[in-house]
Amino acid sequence: MKLKETFIDPLVDNNPITRQVLGICSALAVTVKVEQALVMTLALTFVVTMSNTIISLLRKNIPSSIRIIVQLTVISTLVSLIDIFLGAYLYDVSKSLSVFVSLIITNCIVMGRADAFAMQNGLKESFMDGLGNGLGYGGILIIVAAFRELLGFGTLLDYRILPEFMNNGLMILAPGAFIILGLIIWAQRSITQFVED
Amino acid sequence: MDLLTHYLSIATKSIFIENILLAYFLGMCSFLAISKNVEASQGMGKAVIFVNTITVPVNWLIKNYLLDPGALSWISSSFETVDLSFLRLLCFIATIAALVQFVEMFIDKFSPTLYNSLGIFLPLITVNCSILGSSVFMHERAYTLGESLVFGVSSGVGFYLAIVSMAAIRFKLRYSDIPDGLKGLGITMILTGLLSMAYLSFSGIQL
Repeated sequence: MKLKETFIDPLVDNNPITRQVLGICSALAVTVKVEQALVMTLALTFVVTMSNTIISLLRKNIPSSIRIIVQLTVISTLVSLIDIFLGAYLYDVSKSLSVFVSLIITNCIVMGRADAFAMQNGLKESFMDGLGNGLGYGGILIIVAAFRELLGFGTLLDYRILPEFMNNGLMILAPGAFIILGLIIWAQRSITQFVED
Repeated sequence: MDLLTHYLSIATKSIFIENILLAYFLGMCSFLAISKNVEASQGMGKAVIFVNTITVPVNWLIKNYLLDPGALSWISSSFETVDLSFLRLLCFIATIAALVQFVEMFIDKFSPTLYNSLGIFLPLITVNCSILGSSVFMHERAYTLGESLVFGVSSGVGFYLAIVSMAAIRFKLRYSDIPDGLKGLGITMILTGLLSMAYLSFSGIQL
């Protein structure tokens, strides 16, 4: 029961982006097209799940004074793996994601979950927490990307839905990302009745 | 003279047109957390300028003399085929973490006033994506040493401008009546969108 809660809680109620305010940078940057968002979701879910698992295995052997360095080393090794893998198998997407795959290292979700959860919890819980947070992050990413691709290009996954003359150039640029994410946060917080003071 | 205009154009580009925060979304986490307070934002902004100015050129040296394919050939010609570029990310982040720690100790010793104004923000900077981002951009755009120094300073200045102006706006916002769900993060995102739209209007400038 507890395992299931650990997995479901970050999906909606305690979502890393809209509630914990972690990992906003990449949520904005890689959401121009749904395809990018999907690849990014997979990459981040892999990294956060694996890093949670590894940190949780090592947690009794990590002295607390150097824990940040140890966590950074584990995370950057995993990110380098993903970066090289994407470069080899999905070259086009990896080019369009540019620096943002490398920046998973400093993505606060990965560091935050490793430090706040995996350091105190067992293997299974940490694995589920990583998976839940990765997918909760991905959910928001894909919603933002769907809006931006639909309104900006009139397509979804490169399949045309709206006629071309309705394209709104602003959605492809940075301001569109900020505004759409702001509105999604509003919607999520109205549903979960969360008020920040 | 040509060199000067070239550097100036890199500087204007990375401060205004391609602002690291408003166009590339790097450093959003600390931006959102700290822009509640004008003074703290100034401290954070200064710390970012300071650290960026040091880390980007240092990472350039590390990349060009240790990591690139054939970069080790200055030691002896037998290293010409060595390619360590797969260690790039690990080295960049380790350099940043080590430099931040070193800089912190150094300022603490030699300038207590500066330490008091930057102090608490320095450790936070290791995980600020705008710092690692600047170094990775330096690699992707293949800057020279001079260019990467200018880029480091001016992307820091861009961050400073953005975070201080946002803090000023949020200060005024305290007395406005905002719908419950939009309070805090939501309205900040929308305001950042408007701010980034304003910076977008610089995009016609050519130097």
